Amino acid sequence: MNVNGDALTTAGLCKNFGALSVVIDVNFVLPHGCRHALIGPNGSGKTTLINLIGGALTPTAGKMYLEGEDITHLTADQRVSRGLARTFQINTLFPRLTPIEAVTMVVAQRRGIGASLWRSLKRSSDTIDEAYEILTQLHLADDCDRPTAQLAYGRQRLLEIALALAARPKVLLLDEPAAGVPQQQSGEILSVISDLPDDIAVLFIEHDIDLVFRFAERITVLVAGRILCEGTPAEIAADPEVRRIYLGDEVHV
Amino acid sequence: MTAIEIPAPAPVVTPQERAHKVFAFTSRWRWEEIAFWVVAALSILIFPTHLVLIAQVLITGLFALSFDLLVGYAGIPSLGHAAFFGIGAYTAGLLARAGWTEPISGLLIAALVAGIAGFALSVVVSRLTGIGLIMITLGVGLLLYEAAHSARGITGGDDGLSGINIAPIFGHFQFDFYGKTAVVYTYVVVFLLYLLARRIVNSPFGLEMKGIRENVRRVPAIGIPLRKRYMVVFTVSAAFAGVAGALLGQITQTVALSALSFDRSAAALIMVMIGGMGTLIGALVGAAAYMVAQDRLSDLNPVYWNFWVGLLLVLFVLFARGGLIGGVDRLIVWIRSKRKKS
Repeated sequence: MNVNGDALTTAGLCKNFGALSVVIDVNFVLPHGCRHALIGPNGSGKTTLINLIGGALTPTAGKMYLEGEDITHLTADQRVSRGLARTFQINTLFPRLTPIEAVTMVVAQRRGIGASLWRSLKRSSDTIDEAYEILTQLHLADDCDRPTAQLAYGRQRLLEIALALAARPKVLLLDEPAAGVPQQQSGEILSVISDLPDDIAVLFIEHDIDLVFRFAERITVLVAGRILCEGTPAEIAADPEVRRIYLGDEVHV
Repeated sequence: MTAIEIPAPAPVVTPQERAHKVFAFTSRWRWEEIAFWVVAALSILIFPTHLVLIAQVLITGLFALSFDLLVGYAGIPSLGHAAFFGIGAYTAGLLARAGWTEPISGLLIAALVAGIAGFALSVVVSRLTGIGLIMITLGVGLLLYEAAHSARGITGGDDGLSGINIAPIFGHFQFDFYGKTAVVYTYVVVFLLYLLARRIVNSPFGLEMKGIRENVRRVPAIGIPLRKRYMVVFTVSAAFAGVAGALLGQITQTVALSALSFDRSAAALIMVMIGGMGTLIGALVGAAAYMVAQDRLSDLNPVYWNFWVGLLLVLFVLFARGGLIGGVDRLIVWIRSKRKKS
């Protein structure tokens, strides 16, 4: 298998919890800059797959490559420093820190000054400015100095993405970025994602099928831990098996 | 020509300026900090008969501060922090008994030994969180206490180490019977370490400590190596505690077994709770409040001291989570909002 040409590749990835197989032989390719959606019914192993790729879980078998480099045995933080960042389905933020503090923390870490005990943060203007840029990109500039816990839920979802983006990833894993957000606002979140620079490959889980078909260039359908099929939105929409299992016959695309 | 008065436009603060202000604000000198250090300096002049108490307040404050770095900033709970205080105290005491009587290098060596002990503990506990951490640190604290208890040949056991002779500071300032040199020496050392702790919490590393406290699960997912950070936090916090212990050994010229006691670990937690967690100055204010109250109340009735501590603790946890410093901050905000209205 050629693993060098693509941003992310998995080969025969499996995850068992005891006797339960949650992810079974997943061979997956994410080209550079692709907007790729991962869909499937509840319990099909989507989040487990994200946790395996992000390094939160260790696979039972199989390998993963980031731009050709074997990352299977790297810790989560090592993967982030190599350009693989993720967000969480349930907000995993820093409640008493402000967005600017949280994002500055990520930028400082990426710039290699995260372990400095002596440097003054207040005087690290470049680092703060870069963090501010990222917040602007995610429409959070105005809320940058309010404690995270006081932000509206939709804003917190955007901060989830800002934290991952601040690591300057080549591959971004988004676990239901619009989960729990009212439909009018979920469009804003997905359009932020589609506005991301082209050199970032995005793999996202999303339940709203309309949004998936609007924003994804390719779609992978996961059912019971296996890849059922993969293709362009048009191919997926036309697939009778997908329609039967996942979309239901009434869906018109 | 008549001058047309143009009203000056209200200064507009851009969001970007507000972003920078967040960092300037968190690292500002609070007036509580200035007040504490001024009052401490003045009390040395005003209460010449209480110099020993003042020095002990500062030393205990430094110990509570080291604990605040661990629990208040990095959110790492511990019930065995006295271990590092005791290691520092015995290191300084044994050094002096062995003939190494120069005080400042004694402090540095004590910091180093305590720091190494902190690092060693961090290697053991860096995979643990919550209750696991509390149990291990409690266990290590108790183990060390009993080890020192039974190693009479080295530590003097129950009798403690005595006859510690310390050379004059810089070869000049002799430790005197009234404790004048001791209290000034303590004040200067604790103040310098306070400045160092301020520097650390306002650094990028300090921000990562708060990140660990706020959400330990997210930290690896933004690229921060958690285990390495744990190691540095434990090492630094233990070194600070070690200096506190060494100071007490040097100025009292004795080291008692109580330097390692569980009571001391628990008291640090109480002081930080009363003063205000994650503020640094709260640790010192909490230590002062605790020790002065202990001094006054145990004069009245020594039996009831723990009753008052217990009551105070329950009230603070229920009604004043920010401690004394949090209360003062809220008071300031309230006064300012009143002023704005009128």
